[in-house]
Amino acid sequence: MSLLEIKNLHASINGKEILKGVDLKINKGEVHAIMGPNGNGKSTLASIIAGKETFDVTQGEIFYNEKNIMDLPIEARAAEGIFLGFQYPVEIPGVSIANFMKTAINEQRKYKGLDPMPAKEFLQLMEEKKKVVEMTAKLANRSVNEGFSGGEKKKNEIFQMAMLNPTLAILDETDSGLDIDALRIVASGVNALRSPENSTIVITHYQRLLDYIVPDFVHVLFEGRIVKSGTKELAYELEEKGYEWLRGL
Amino acid sequence: MEEIKKALRPRDEDFQGFSCNIPQLKTNRIIQANGFYSERNSVDKKDLDNVIVCSLDDAKKYYSDLIKNSEIELESLVEEGVFVFVPANKEVEIPLQMLDVIKAEEPILIQTNNIVILGENSKLILIHCDDSINNNKSVSNNSTKIFLDKNSNLEYYKMENISNHASIITNTSFVLKDSSELKTFWLSLNGGDIKNNLTIDFEGEYASAELNGLYLTDRDQVVDNKVTVNHNKPNCFSNQLYKGILDDSAKANFQGHVYVAEKAIQTVAMQNNKNILLTDKATVNTQPFLEIYNDDVKCSHGATIGQLDDNAMFYLRSRGISERSAKMLLMYAFCNDVLIKASLEELKERLADIIKRRLHGELSTCDNCVLHCSTPDLAFEIDLSKV
Ligand SMILES: Nc1ncnc2c1ncn2[C@@H]1O[C@H](COP(=O)(O)OP(=O)(O)OP(=O)(O)O)[C@@H](O)[C@H]1O
Ligand SMILES: [Mg+2]
Repeated sequence: MSLLEIKNLHASINGKEILKGVDLKINKGEVHAIMGPNGNGKSTLASIIAGKETFDVTQGEIFYNEKNIMDLPIEARAAEGIFLGFQYPVEIPGVSIANFMKTAINEQRKYKGLDPMPAKEFLQLMEEKKKVVEMTAKLANRSVNEGFSGGEKKKNEIFQMAMLNPTLAILDETDSGLDIDALRIVASGVNALRSPENSTIVITHYQRLLDYIVPDFVHVLFEGRIVKSGTKELAYELEEKGYEWLRGL
Repeated sequence: MEEIKKALRPRDEDFQGFSCNIPQLKTNRIIQANGFYSERNSVDKKDLDNVIVCSLDDAKKYYSDLIKNSEIELESLVEEGVFVFVPANKEVEIPLQMLDVIKAEEPILIQTNNIVILGENSKLILIHCDDSINNNKSVSNNSTKIFLDKNSNLEYYKMENISNHASIITNTSFVLKDSSELKTFWLSLNGGDIKNNLTIDFEGEYASAELNGLYLTDRDQVVDNKVTVNHNKPNCFSNQLYKGILDDSAKANFQGHVYVAEKAIQTVAMQNNKNILLTDKATVNTQPFLEIYNDDVKCSHGATIGQLDDNAMFYLRSRGISERSAKMLLMYAFCNDVLIKASLEELKERLADIIKRRLHGELSTCDNCVLHCSTPDLAFEIDLSKV
């Protein structure tokens, strides 16, 4: 059954069209990789799935769990299980990671009609998930992403993903800027989440990540459209031939 | 004159029980009711442990030499007010809480003149609150002169929670002698029109002043802060951090003036004013200004005016946090770096709570004084229709 289905999505900003008819279908349990040259719309697509309102969606629709979600606000999509790991995680001075996660979890529970998570349970969850990404206590006590190194920010994204346990995770270049150990940690975090019910989209420039997180499908987003889809071998082919090769397609 | 004063002075009973509690924190209260020192409702002198608290009238009679020694000039025009004196070497354990309470059946003009003197090596926490109990028109004009003798230490918290029909003008000046330390925390929470004039005069060396301010305004409230820091002597330190959040068509002005005299070498002076505008109609006018007459100084100033960060909003909401809560988190975080400067844990919690309530817009729906403090010992009949 499909978890996410995007049909003929067109989006623009300031009158400039960035997505020019994206079609994509992701079934439950699948991992999809999206690759493509810089500035061709990968992050735009990811943030529109998450509900970002700064883009004008001029045409097309997004279905999640077979429901049209175009009118769902950002937070409702999150509560429905969509998670976006940001390419550029945002610094929030003055808000601790614990407070941030507690608020997020409890607001998601409220959306589902559940009571807030008991404090003890929350702390246990924090401890458990910190271990998954090998996050130090020192880091966890700081303000969200403030002064974090590039790699620490990415780890924090995976930590949040583990805390929120999403159904659809979209990881936008979570691998860039990670050292080889961190990459392994991040990949195992993602793999731990894999289940027949959950799906993942990884956006990446490097075939290397796909050795750790083995995708079922690879898509190439080029000039606002998915111009080619295939299996993991496509990633090797791209690495070899470069993106210019796509022009002919 | 005496006759008029007698006629204006409210009955002590009317202000009985007004406490404005800070949970978990014991304070000694000094109540001024409609501008008149209410001895009966204030802390018992026996409990003051050598600290002097009395009306200004009495101070002139009995303690004029103390006032003279402190370099504070008396203005004779306004006679109502309180006098506080902390003797040398005295570390006052229980914070003093000055409560300027307005409860008027008809429009009222209030003039007060306070004097606070800290002797050498003494230490005090002073919490100065402005509260109005009902929503009638009032104008209060307050002058508070504070003298910090050598090596003394003062934390001064000002909390302004008055009704939307009340105006206050505060003129507060601090004189700092050698090695004295001052920390102010100016919280303008609610009021029709608030004007704060704060002046710091360094009259000794190696003294320091940390001046923090926070104004949270909405509807058509106006908050003006004018902060003047005069570095008249060498080797002193001052740091101003004023932050504001403005909603609806509220207005704020910040005028910061740092003066560094020619002989005031090795001065460190910093000044920062940051604002968030929540609407297009809210306006801020900020003028940080440095006036420096020597080269051997370290000075900086800055001002920002902005909206809540869209990227941060998207980030928070993408984790499932509602738009309203995300705004609240960001606003609270914005206030937080001022808040953390408060050193008393109980007070910090109280302030955090007040700020949260204020950001939730709860003040206009409260049911006893303008700030809903849930004080069960408050003994007034409140007309809810006016609140
Ligand atoms: N807020 C914005 N205002 C103007 N242009 C924008 C905005 N956001 C994105 N764009 C433009 O949209 C295009 C696609 O950007 P996007 O971030 O989606 O690319 P990307 O494929 O993720 O690139 P990269 O691999 O470098 O991350 C770019 O040309 C970018 O400049
Ligand atoms: Mg991108």
